[in-house]
This record gives sequence, C-alpha cells and structure tokens, in this order.
Amino acid sequence: MAFEKVLTRNVGHPEALGVRGYRDRGGYDALARALRMAPEEVVEEVKRSGLRGRGGAGFPCGMKWSFVPRQHPKPKYIVCNADESEPGTFKDRLLMENDPHQLLEGCVIAGWAVGANTTYIYIRGEYTKAARILEEAVRDAYASGVLGENVLGTGFRHDIHVHRGAGAYICGEETGLLESLEGRLGQPRVKPPFPAVVGAFGCPTVINNVETLCCVTHILQRGADWFKGIGPDERNTGPKLYAISGHVERPGTYEYPLGITFRELLEGCGGMYKGRGLKAYIPGGASAPMLGVNDQEIPLAFDHLARAGSMLGSAAVIVMDETTCVVRATLRLSRFFAHESCGQCTPCREGTNWMAKILTRIESGKGTEADLDLLASVVPNVGGISLCALGDAAQGPVKSLLAKFGDEIRDNLRHGRYPLPRQRFFDPGAAS
Amino acid sequence: MTNHATADHSILPESVRTEIDALRPRYPTTEALLLPTLHRAQRAAGGWLSPETIVAVADFLELPPAKVAAVVSFYDMFHDHPVGRHRIRLCTNLSCQLRGAEELLEVLGEEFGVGEDEVSADGRCSYVQFECLGSCDTAPMMMVDDEYHENLTPERVRQIVRALD
Repeated sequence: MAFEKVLTRNVGHPEALGVRGYRDRGGYDALARALRMAPEEVVEEVKRSGLRGRGGAGFPCGMKWSFVPRQHPKPKYIVCNADESEPGTFKDRLLMENDPHQLLEGCVIAGWAVGANTTYIYIRGEYTKAARILEEAVRDAYASGVLGENVLGTGFRHDIHVHRGAGAYICGEETGLLESLEGRLGQPRVKPPFPAVVGAFGCPTVINNVETLCCVTHILQRGADWFKGIGPDERNTGPKLYAISGHVERPGTYEYPLGITFRELLEGCGGMYKGRGLKAYIPGGASAPMLGVNDQEIPLAFDHLARAGSMLGSAAVIVMDETTCVVRATLRLSRFFAHESCGQCTPCREGTNWMAKILTRIESGKGTEADLDLLASVVPNVGGISLCALGDAAQGPVKSLLAKFGDEIRDNLRHGRYPLPRQRFFDPGAAS
Repeated sequence: MTNHATADHSILPESVRTEIDALRPRYPTTEALLLPTLHRAQRAAGGWLSPETIVAVADFLELPPAKVAAVVSFYDMFHDHPVGRHRIRLCTNLSCQLRGAEELLEVLGEEFGVGEDEVSADGRCSYVQFECLGSCDTAPMMMVDDEYHENLTPERVRQIVRALD
C-alpha cells in the first residue's frame, strides 16, 4: 500500500489554519474519539503504537505519560516543546505555521490522557510567525468550544498558552525549558525527580515535542495498529518528518515512513547539489555523529542509526558534498556547542570551549600533531558526566571527525589548512 | 516610593503593564511573567534593556534586579547594550555556512562599515552572527527584526539592507 502522508496533509491548505477549515478536513475527530475513551485507554493506545519522541531522545511517549501519577493533589501540566533549535532542524516550524490545530488537538488529547487542564507551548523566541499563527489558532479554538471550560461539550477543561523563549539552545532540554518557562536561566535541573512527578511549577508534567503531539492526533484518529504498521520494526514506528539541508538540490521537510534510507531520502530531494559527490552527512542534527559515503543504506530510524554509531535525533539531515572542509564544518558545530553550554557543569563548559579552540587552531593551519592528540584526549571527558546531554551532544561531531576523517585532519596539519581553495558558494560572475 | 513608581512608569510604559497584567492568570507564579515582560519592555525601549529598564521590570514583577539582569544576559534575544534601529541576525550555522553564509557576513560588514554587534554610524543597524534559526531549507537566511529573509544572495542582502529606513 502506498504511504499516505498525514503529518503534512494540511500543508498547502491554508483553510486548515482556522477551526472550521481544519474540521472540514477531518480535524478534531481524534479529540472527540479520545474524549469518549477512558484516559487510561488513551495512554494504552499511544503505548501500543510504539510512538517514540520526535524531539531528539526518542523516548517512548506512552511510557512517559504513564509515569504521571493518576492521583495527585497538585495540578498537572502538558508542556509542548516547540523550542526547535537543533541545528539543521526546521520540521516543527512547518507543522506550526501550516497546521496549528493538528498540534493543539494533540495537546488536548495528551491533557485528557494524563489529567492535565493546562498546556504551555514553549516556542523559541525567534519563531515569531509561528507564534502569531498559534496564538490566532488558540483564540479560534476557544471561540469554537475546542478549548476552555467545556471542551467539545464534554465538561473537560483545557487551556493552552503560548509562551515565547528568548534564544537559548539549552531550553530545548526539558528541564532547562521548565526553568525558562518559570522565568529563570534555562539551566537544566538535577534528575531525579523527573518532570513527570516534579515538573513545571513543582507539579507533574509531561513534556512532548511538537511532532510527537501531532503524531498523537493521528494515532487517536486511525488507531495504534495503523501507526505500528509503518516503519521497519515494532521499536521504530510511524510516519516521520525528515528535514534535509545543505548540499542537495531541493532542501526541505519530507514525510516518509520512519526508516527510509539516506539514499532514498537523497533521491527524493533531487540528489546532490549540482550532481557533486557526497563527502559526509549528519543524520540527526548537530549532535549526531557524521556518517560517510559508505553509510548511505542505513535506515534512518532510532535503533538502526544508534547501531551505526550515530543517532536519529531530530531527523535533521545535513548533507556535505566533496568540496566541503569537514574540519571547518565540525569547528562551526563545536563553536555552537561552546556558545550554548549553559555553564553549570565544568566538563561541558570547559570541554566545549577546549574542543572549539583546538579545532580553530587546526582549521586555521596553526595546529600540530600534539593538538590532534590533545583533542582526542579531551573529547571523551566532555560528555556523560553532566546534568544534561549537551556535553554528549557536543562530542558527536568531533568524535566522528576523528574516527572517519583522520586523513583530512592530517591534510590540514600538513598543508597549513584545507588543501583546496576556500570554497565560495556564490559564483562572483553570476551576481548581477 | 511614589516618585520611584512614577519614574518607573515612564520607563516601562502603561501599555506593557496592562498587557502583562492580562497574562497573570495564565501562570501560578509572577516570576513566569519575566520573559514575556522583557520581550515587551525591550520592544518599547527601542530594542535593548538599559539598567533603568531592568530595574523597572524588577520593580513591576517584585523580583531582585540582579535576577532580572542575569536572565537578560543569558538569552541571545535580550540585549543589555544599545543596538541599531534594525537588528540583523545572520544565521551562520552549518546548513547556512554550507550555502554561503560566511560570504554574506562579509557583505554586511561592507554595507555598514562596522563590526559585529556594533551600531552603524547612522544608528540604522547592528548585525550579529546567530545560531540556527530553523530555516535551513531556505539557506542562507537572516532575520531582520522579526522577519525571515530566505534564499539569500550577496546581491539580495545588499538590496534588503539598503531599503531599511
């Protein structure tokens, strides 16, 4: 059976921006269905679907929901993580700008499932257009009886508030996000306790990514069996958005069954830019170790990429052609992590800066063999020993640079810098 | 106290206070209003948060000024120093770098005659390199104030910045 796109079905249908248009296209049926089920049944359905978080960590969504205590004296919260800032990732922006109600519907379903009456959508501050569209959709949903005191006439109360961040990658980490939501520096918390028990404002909280909550909507609409039927195996299920960028002919967000291969994805977006050869690709955003020309048949799914030494992450695929200096590319990512480390834990704060500094020396032609040894000795000490995974993420690109592109680093050391002339993307003759 | 409050009102306009008061029921704590307040205060104050504005925000939300200042310094979208009338954020992260962002950074330098995060002589603009803005499929790109400008070329960047008032 041909694969039917569901997450992006309303892209190109601007009428779906309004409640009426969204309903005409089948929207809010899933919510009505969920509200006829017992909350426990909704959790069970999502568990059975095999849905794993689409934000980066790939944690099973239904299991996360089931950690929230049923009986609890405090209010409970849903927090939608719309702080999309993993370099290379732009899929959630597409979902929010084109189909805001798909997300709102998922939020209310999640609220019903765990017994939460409030959702905060924490959206990165730079996404001003998406925030405007969401605010408008929320107003419309209140006016149409989808939100508020009496959701779809069932007596269930649910409120949704859009809350803007202010520019900090670490606020995509779920406890950093909660700190930021509460008006503080986005510095991750000590865990345990986990947010399911002590989350937003000290209350039980579920934090789900935008695409994850959109998947929930379709799981309730079509059933767990439909969702489970998509993807390579029962641990890697469902439709998936792949955001592909860099040196390809048609960068963009593409919806496929989870687990298509890099080669298939590349073909679907018109192949390499100007037909050039591939040097490396990153399968899951800046945190994911790079893969090379020999890794093109790996299914882009959680477990398959993990076995290959990388990760699906946010499924942001960044493609680098044969003219790319991978040292320079890695340096850019290392500078990013050094800038974004929140400064709380020493291994991450110091380690990300050390990696960026050593790579700067190597890239600029001032590096020595000793720098390479130093880099190799620093990398293992940056991750795994901090409050959050930013240090681990920062290791990813450098680890793979050392493992896969040692020859190229040595070329940098030997020749002073990248042996090819510095790549200029814009042809000076072409500009008018 | 009265004088203090009056002075604050000239720095943090009534319109901002009214908007924030309307948001209070959304959150169980006052502290959670800090980011929403800073966004609005910065806009009302011409793009950056002076020590006086920070104190006014702290007063209004009954928070320690040092706490507000720390939050301002933590987030890339808040500025504790003067910025140009227009604020340009050029994404130079990997996907944009691969498609020519570094060349666009040179163009911005030529156009304004100042370095990163400095205000152009006519006060019109300041520009910075920024981390990924989630527009990698239309790289290279930059944000001018609140608007995204995508699929840029050096020529297009010159046109855009020359049209700014």
